[in-house]
Amino acid sequence: MLHIKCPHCGLRSQNEFSYGGDATVKRPELGKEISDKDWDNFVYNRKSLRGKHWELWQHLSGCRQWIKVQRDTATHEIFKTLKANEEIS
Amino acid sequence: MTQSFRLESGGLINRDKKISFKFNGKNYFGYEGDTLASALIANGVHLIGRSFKYHRPRGFFGAGVDEPYAIVQLYRNGETEPNIKATEQELFEGLEAKSVNCWPSVNFDVGAINNFLKIFLPAGFYYKTFMWPKSFWYKIYEPFIRRAAGLGTASIKHDKERYEHKYEYCDLLITGSGPSGLASAYSAAKNGAKVILAEDKSRFGGTLLTSEVNIGNQSGKEWADSIISELKEMPNVTVKNRSQVFGYYDHNMLVMSERISDHLPKTKKFHPKQRLWYIRAKEVLISSGSIERPIVFGNNDTPGVMLSSAAKEYLKVYGVLVGKKPLVFTNNDSGYETAIEFKKNGIDPIILDTRKEPKSEIIEEAQNMNINIKNSYVVVAAQGYKKVKSADVAKISDNKEELGSIENIECDCICVSGFWTPTIHLASQSGNKTKFNEDIDAFVPSISKQNEKTLGAANGIYTLEETLKDSFEKGNLLSKKITNNENKVSFPNVVEKKSTVHDKFWCVPLPKGKSYKRFLDFQNDVAVSDIEIALKEGYRSIEHVKRYTTLGMATDQGKTSNLNGLQLVSKIENKVVPAVGHTTFRPPYSPVSIGAIVGREIGKHSKPTRKSPIHSWHEKNNAVFVDAGVWLRPRYYKRGEENLFEASKREAKNVRTNVGVCDVTTLGKIDIKGPDAAELLNRVYTNAWLKLPVGKARYGVMLREDGIVMDDGTTTRISENHYHMTTTTAQAANVLSHLEYYLQLVWPELNVNVVSTTEQWAGAAIAGPKSRELLKKLFPKSDVTNEGLPFMGYMEGDLFGVKAKIFRISFSGELAYEVNVESDNGYFMWEKIIEAGEEFGIQPYGTEALSTLRIEMGHVAGSELDGRTIPYDNSLEGLLSKKKDFIGKRSLSRKAFAAEDRQKIVGVVPLDKKTSIPEGSHLVKDSNAPLPNPKLGYISASCWSVEYDNPFSLAILKDGKNMIGEKLFVMSPLKNKVIPVEIVSSHYVDPKGERVRS
Ligand SMILES: [Zn+2]
Repeated sequence: MLHIKCPHCGLRSQNEFSYGGDATVKRPELGKEISDKDWDNFVYNRKSLRGKHWELWQHLSGCRQWIKVQRDTATHEIFKTLKANEEIS
Repeated sequence: MTQSFRLESGGLINRDKKISFKFNGKNYFGYEGDTLASALIANGVHLIGRSFKYHRPRGFFGAGVDEPYAIVQLYRNGETEPNIKATEQELFEGLEAKSVNCWPSVNFDVGAINNFLKIFLPAGFYYKTFMWPKSFWYKIYEPFIRRAAGLGTASIKHDKERYEHKYEYCDLLITGSGPSGLASAYSAAKNGAKVILAEDKSRFGGTLLTSEVNIGNQSGKEWADSIISELKEMPNVTVKNRSQVFGYYDHNMLVMSERISDHLPKTKKFHPKQRLWYIRAKEVLISSGSIERPIVFGNNDTPGVMLSSAAKEYLKVYGVLVGKKPLVFTNNDSGYETAIEFKKNGIDPIILDTRKEPKSEIIEEAQNMNINIKNSYVVVAAQGYKKVKSADVAKISDNKEELGSIENIECDCICVSGFWTPTIHLASQSGNKTKFNEDIDAFVPSISKQNEKTLGAANGIYTLEETLKDSFEKGNLLSKKITNNENKVSFPNVVEKKSTVHDKFWCVPLPKGKSYKRFLDFQNDVAVSDIEIALKEGYRSIEHVKRYTTLGMATDQGKTSNLNGLQLVSKIENKVVPAVGHTTFRPPYSPVSIGAIVGREIGKHSKPTRKSPIHSWHEKNNAVFVDAGVWLRPRYYKRGEENLFEASKREAKNVRTNVGVCDVTTLGKIDIKGPDAAELLNRVYTNAWLKLPVGKARYGVMLREDGIVMDDGTTTRISENHYHMTTTTAQAANVLSHLEYYLQLVWPELNVNVVSTTEQWAGAAIAGPKSRELLKKLFPKSDVTNEGLPFMGYMEGDLFGVKAKIFRISFSGELAYEVNVESDNGYFMWEKIIEAGEEFGIQPYGTEALSTLRIEMGHVAGSELDGRTIPYDNSLEGLLSKKKDFIGKRSLSRKAFAAEDRQKIVGVVPLDKKTSIPEGSHLVKDSNAPLPNPKLGYISASCWSVEYDNPFSLAILKDGKNMIGEKLFVMSPLKNKVIPVEIVSSHYVDPKGERVRS
């Protein structure tokens, strides 16, 4: 079970969190024209990377904040966690 | 009865306390501190079961967790448990055990015929023999295999025992209480670290219990005892026996099973049988020791052939002789230690050493004791069927390929030592990249992935002095890092006998003209010849060889067989062992009860049960409950002999004619506040929300980004910046997460707060033509006329002194209201409604009547909003705003979603107006069409229409828009039904929606 450092609450076990997918996907702006291809890329197409990956988790049974977690998908090593409003660098 | 193999004295057992037990129906006795294995051997029982594949006789091979043979069915306190190792099971008064794998009995076994047919059961025999014809599998092959194979029978009764889970955090977790575990725990504890020391066995000390060493002028055991008692006194240390760390998971999470009651005749009151510990450790020290490995020779599975270390353990711990004419077959000095113990107890052993002229302190001691030692000798084959009677031995050439002439030596046991294999399971599970150590012919941990270190014999260090030094130091260093505290302990003086190098010899060649079975895996009956066949057939990867031959795949996970298997593959393939590599070690290290894994999460404890504050009223009034997510909801209120169908029909009918009340507390409720609340709703819902006036409710549908309907419900504007959202019971948690996602990540500029208030409010839906009359009585001071509180209106009211929220909304399609009060007042509200409603003929109604009412009105619910439908499919397209964007809107213009003949919700009525339509049935054009019959749609929900008194269903049907009036067939292959039906509008009752506005 992973040990995830919530930037608000500290180190907590994985079973307090729920997974939320790729954190680098940006939702297209509301009301803007967008091609089928770009929309499909936003809704469906994910890279499923092996290695370092920025992903979203929600601290569901804790502070309920969505956080960004940089994790190695092969080794599960977690390098960094950020608050929702912090930019991935 | 005498215990013919028990020594007069000695061992760590309590000879003052006799314990009686039963094995295969016969009565025996042993002593407190015995295992079932030691007690049986003491009583001269050497045959314990039959092997898995060939049903060859099986005795004892080890004395602990590595045991491949001695697996029994255990009976305890009226319960039975399979797959119990006799070598691990402690004896208790009244213990009963039986052999497994034997039919009809251990001495006469029908399956043993496999032994004589073994030519038909080579490697991959399951795959080959039972593959064809396919039709034979279920009726002939599978029952045969199940009867003939297996390691006991699981009980089909409910397990009454209690199993617990515990979460723990520590600085250092130390797995094993041998010399390395004790030394590291001691130095870490002295530095103030929070230490957990776990020992699998009942006794602490590991090899110190059986080795002739001296630490700080104490015997090994005395030193172990003193360290343990000191550790037990320290507040920062947890010492656990009968506790096996069996799994090493990510981020230093380890799982340990503690056997609390397995050694007792009966679990004590309020105690669990076992406890599973989830331990998050900052550092892990693996001190799991090593397991002796066998040397491979002919018939090496005969009862009486066992590990030399096991023979020594039976002697020194239990005072039991495994034989009275022992032959020790060794390639290293460990065999000598066993022989010396025999000799000390008046038994004359013979040592066969594969080495030519070994010299060491231990060997010298054996020589001085006049033990018969034969150098350059091997056991070619064991003789005897149910027990070793003699051994064919021979001299072996220096190149270890040629055998001399065969001699026969009478013996009743053969104690084998092929050197030691470090127990690297936990290290390997942690992701450690292991490396092959040429000096010991075995893999040892090398590069760590997680915070773990391996100590002592588990790391290939076989001298006590080096082990202790290394362990004291590692315990000190790692704990110092955590506690910033150093309290160095002085290193004790260590006396041990020096040994010399082992011989890399591991497999005795077959003598000319002989075809003895030479087993590698004793539990799965995998022999040298099986591996040879697998390789001949082209299997190369060790992972494939393992699966094809089942080598190392038994419940002992190849603890005694893995390395010899690798040696063989590398020899045939002409590779070095590290190039072959070892198979992956996976948890659990040793079998764990399913009960322990499940813990307390069984039956009603598997998830929390949520009850509304009105629950006890429902109970008192004969409600029959149904699980709705985690909630318990009344399904119907039983009157007299009524069944579900009759009761729900009565309740629904009463709503249509009089008035009914339904507990809707379970509906999800989300409080939304902030200046941008309207904007959030406008983005989340498909319809327009910016102009909703204060005091009004609106129905809304929300989508996922892929255009699929996520949930629906009404949201009410309570005040300028305050909204009250309702969700379906099932989606309440998901909708809250959904809103939080957009507020925190996508539109953080919106100034809105959301919070779940589901539990804060108790709700009652009051529905039916007489509901307004009832409301007037409940809220005499409020204007609840059609003008004062119109459809979709909201007001606050005073319910006999209790503050209430009144919403004029309807799920039943009737004139209806929902009244909410704070949860604590829920019961009061309900009683008042029932009391005041009496004169109007009020009846409570459950979820079944609720379903009937919504189905015949064509209102969609979870069975239509099932994660596969878009708004159009549910005839909700009128709620899609054209003027604004919203979540999921862009997806709705995808080609398939805009198709002309897109599926749509319809009503379905059987032509005979009698036959009920099963939910989930398919709609087809022609009931006799050849299979696969093209499916046009499916029945999503069915009811008995109380309005028309005939069955009615909702369906999602291809081109539903143009199908009204068509005649189709409903087919339910599951219920074997074909029903001719007519397609009608989904709005079966009151299609114009006049009642809700009346
Ligand atoms: Zn948190």
